Amino acid sequence: MSSNPATSPAELAGEPNHARRFGLTWLIATVIATPLVIVLLGPILPPGKATEQAAGQVTDNTVLLGMATPVLLLVVIYLVYASIFFRQPKGGVLEGPAVRGDARIQTTWIVVTSLLVLSLAGYGTVRLLADNGAGSGSGPTPLTVPAGPKLPVQVIAQQWAFTYRYPTYGGVETPHLVLPVGKMIELHVTSLDVIHSFWAYQLGVKADANPQIDNIAFVKPTKVQSFEVRCAELCGLWHGEMFDHGRVVTEAEFETWIHEQQTRFAAATKSLPPYSTTYQPEPTRRGG
Amino acid sequence: MSLFAKKLLSVAATVTALGVLIGLYVADWATSYPKEITATSAPANSGGVNLTLEAVAAVGAKYSPQHPEWVSYLVRTGGRWVRSTDYIVPANSVVHVTIYQYDTPTGLRNPFLSQVQGTVGSTEVIDGKTVNSIPPEEASHTFAVPELGVFVPLPGASEEGKHPCEEAPCELNSDHRTISFSFRTGKKGRYRWQCFVPCGAGWYFGNGGPMQTLGYMDGFINVV
Amino acid sequence: MSTTAAAVSTPAPASRPLWRRLIGFNLLTAVLLGIGGYYLGWFIGHQIKGSSFHNQVPSSENDVALLLAYFFGVIGFLIGLGFANYPVSRMLGRPASLREKEQEGWGRYFGLCTDHKVVGIQYLIGIGVFFFIGGLNAMLIRAELLHNTPTFVGPGQYISLVGMHGTMMMGMMTSGILGPFANYFVPIMIGARRMAFPRIEALTFWLLMAAGFILTSTIFFGGFPTGWTGYEPLNDQAVMGMDSYICFFALVGISMCLLGLNMMATIITMRAPGLTWSRLPIFVWSVFATSVLMVLAAPMLVATLLMAALDRTINTSFFITGGGGSSYLFENLFWFFGHPEVYILALPGFGIVLELLPVFTRKPLWGYRLAVSGMLGVSLMSFFVWQHHLFVSGINADLRPFYMLSTEIISIPTGFIFMCVMGTLWKARTSFTVPMLFCLGWTFNFLIGGLSGVFLSDTPSDTTTHGSFFVMAHFHYTIMGGLIFTFFAAIYYWIPKMTGLRFNERLAKLHFWLMFVAFNSTFLPLFVLGMKGQPRRVSEYAPNLHGLNVWVSISAFVLGFSMLIFLANAVYSLIFVRLKAEQNPWRSKSIEWQVPTPVPVNNFEQIPVFDSDPYEYGVPLTVGPGQTAPAGA
Repeated sequence: MSSNPATSPAELAGEPNHARRFGLTWLIATVIATPLVIVLLGPILPPGKATEQAAGQVTDNTVLLGMATPVLLLVVIYLVYASIFFRQPKGGVLEGPAVRGDARIQTTWIVVTSLLVLSLAGYGTVRLLADNGAGSGSGPTPLTVPAGPKLPVQVIAQQWAFTYRYPTYGGVETPHLVLPVGKMIELHVTSLDVIHSFWAYQLGVKADANPQIDNIAFVKPTKVQSFEVRCAELCGLWHGEMFDHGRVVTEAEFETWIHEQQTRFAAATKSLPPYSTTYQPEPTRRGG
Repeated sequence: MSLFAKKLLSVAATVTALGVLIGLYVADWATSYPKEITATSAPANSGGVNLTLEAVAAVGAKYSPQHPEWVSYLVRTGGRWVRSTDYIVPANSVVHVTIYQYDTPTGLRNPFLSQVQGTVGSTEVIDGKTVNSIPPEEASHTFAVPELGVFVPLPGASEEGKHPCEEAPCELNSDHRTISFSFRTGKKGRYRWQCFVPCGAGWYFGNGGPMQTLGYMDGFINVV
Repeated sequence: MSTTAAAVSTPAPASRPLWRRLIGFNLLTAVLLGIGGYYLGWFIGHQIKGSSFHNQVPSSENDVALLLAYFFGVIGFLIGLGFANYPVSRMLGRPASLREKEQEGWGRYFGLCTDHKVVGIQYLIGIGVFFFIGGLNAMLIRAELLHNTPTFVGPGQYISLVGMHGTMMMGMMTSGILGPFANYFVPIMIGARRMAFPRIEALTFWLLMAAGFILTSTIFFGGFPTGWTGYEPLNDQAVMGMDSYICFFALVGISMCLLGLNMMATIITMRAPGLTWSRLPIFVWSVFATSVLMVLAAPMLVATLLMAALDRTINTSFFITGGGGSSYLFENLFWFFGHPEVYILALPGFGIVLELLPVFTRKPLWGYRLAVSGMLGVSLMSFFVWQHHLFVSGINADLRPFYMLSTEIISIPTGFIFMCVMGTLWKARTSFTVPMLFCLGWTFNFLIGGLSGVFLSDTPSDTTTHGSFFVMAHFHYTIMGGLIFTFFAAIYYWIPKMTGLRFNERLAKLHFWLMFVAFNSTFLPLFVLGMKGQPRRVSEYAPNLHGLNVWVSISAFVLGFSMLIFLANAVYSLIFVRLKAEQNPWRSKSIEWQVPTPVPVNNFEQIPVFDSDPYEYGVPLTVGPGQTAPAGA
């Protein structure tokens, strides 16, 4: 923010120009630190670059970190500077200057923070829309839907396991999530009981699984790799144990795998209800 | 030391003593687990260990004075039935599980789990018949260790049976189904196991109470 | 020590024998009536059971009975304390005194007392006790997280502990500063002799104590699995321990609402002559802003919990999708209360920092109006941001850009507070006393808390950080780093006024430094853990995060130890050595330091007349360009 009380007023005799000294210190620190933070921390920021959405989040995190660094430095350097130079001498009873405000600095502060905040909100909105929800659960009717073909995959959460259903492959259900690389995936997240949250960390996807709600998230894997699935909403006794590992594989491998699953789970698939965006199994209320 | 300080000190000492007692109670509550039961070793020719369980509809005041109506698993150890759901089994070996099922059917929330997964041969033996799945509405409980990929649906005893089990422990002369299967343990670790059938009678989605309390329908397989 | 000597010189009225003194409206009667009420409710609940309220739940679980037991227990407790005396005697047409139990002696601290200074001390001790219980829960939680699988604490008990820690802190500490310090000092600061509603003031305290006890009792009923948010339908599914949570938060909500009303009424109507709104101490402004939030947000919580209780007992389905309700409804209602709630925790901290800074920098508060508008702005804006807690829930996904904007806008008024802190520090003559150190600690902590909040308010970024340890670190920075640091600043600053005694400074400084370092060493790594994929409230986490979790746990134990240093200091300095404090050790110009210590029951002989705000520090300078000598901007 404004480096300075540009209006350093009547300086006390023999005192250095604190405004200029502090301003310069901050400016130099910012100029050095900000690029360093972006270059060094940027690439290791979560959640990695396994999907378009994850990569987008890394970019966002980098931008936010880049904007936060000068602010952090401003306040921290200020605190250190003030602690060093504006001290009461030991046993002293000196009074400070009776300054009750400064219209110019206050206005500058308000204007600059407002601009910063508004630009952040604008940036976030643009990124959210451009990235088709940026991997987050966007409800049953997402605001933006990516063009082109999409592979629908249903994530069914229950206490305490995730299972996955592929409606375009005969509605087969599987205990682990496997996705083909390079395809836009349309995840339909729902729950059979309480609220869970489907968090595929490396994919950059998080969507709450609500009973009777079809929560859609888009994600496009760009790298063959395995990923971790965890529940991110407290759902009872085994919340911490509700995790699973998934894989992103090549399209050919995916086809082989899904046909294997169709054969393997033929018996279970027969007893499944027809594919639907939500399910309401018995008991719907108290029961058992 | 002033008189005032002495009085305060005695009050503080009393409060501290009370605090310590309460603290001990809380710590005891927080750290309580079901007793760990070691699986019995199986006859030499079959290898591995045996784990014998039974599932009962109401555990009774003898096993659970607080919650006699709760559905529960019991485990056989030293010739007696014990209420515990923490089992110790050896790593890299085969666990032969026999479950006597005295509870009646409830039906699965997710019918997908009606297929047997993760056991040797991906099958279970129900009353002598080998199957790879059961009708989902006949399920009464499941024995599932998700981290080991084990999901075994357990069919319920007939609802029209003439000899329903009245009180735990249930004996074989009551109506029951006998289910047996084996699974391989991998590396050491503590894996949770649970039931996936909404069998908690009276709870929302049938998943409260015994379904969320260690010692009834949930526990640990401690692979050592 | 000789017990006989103690007995002989008891200062209490020796005229009446002990047994006679125990009969009457006091804490003992209250506890006995509370227990009686509890069993009465339990009995009635079991009679209702089985008829029209039958809800299939096994009879060992009877939510109706437990809720009625708590209800009658609290009623009995309050009657025992004497809260019914005044209304009853008025209804019977008898005269009643305006104040109760304002006699001298220790007795008044253990019962219904309408002296706002006594209530302040009661709050300080009472809240302190529950703060420590909440802290001990955190120690157990961190002990469990030394392992990456459930080993020490059972998984069910673990989530109960997480819930108890969160609920205790979020519930009890809402009154962490308003309870002890606003009750004690607001009347003095505004030149009043009492609060507007002294009996209600006492009621808020005793309600809170009953609530704290009820929450702690949850372990007898199986704990509760929902964390402090109490999300449905998990809430409905839980065992009886959930009723303790519902009852606790409802009582806290009522207490909060009454406390807020009382503060608002007092500040609006009872200011001394000359104390215009622009001369009001900034702490009083922050109390005012907080009170507005309390009055508007808390009733929402009470209503929500009532609905949850009805769902649990008589099978209504406000929050059950299968019955026509919605789990989203609970999330919406809860966070409509829940977000203002976090500012109820943070705002008083702003007030403390800005109130203390001028004293220790020997400068007037820089940007008084900016600070006031900052606090009121935060207070107003906090009602427009709640759905940022639901960014990934799928609810109103189209509205996310709006909530992103409103959430980020709230950092503008928060920024005002930082501007005022920095302006006040500029060319100051800062003495680094213990309260000042805690204020500077606040500045750093809240800065980290605020900047991490920017990541959470940005929806794309929030996708990863939502519901992870990142959020946990964020709100511990704003609440523990914000509220608790200023709570301690206030204790060290005002204890000399409240007791006439002071803390040992060396131990106090040790407390600050250990707490500050351990706090950051505990919560900074949590940002990393969250970003590496550890969800909140789990007793099992990925093995690769084990090392960092062990580091955090050890830091947390050191943080816990720093609290013991504080306790030891309190016992040593205030009880054993009884270090006498000066009348005005900080050379403050605020009015509370000008009245005698201990403060007389009526505060002032004569109601004071104010002709300025309390920040008349510093030497006037020649006015430079762009500078305004009077309260600026």
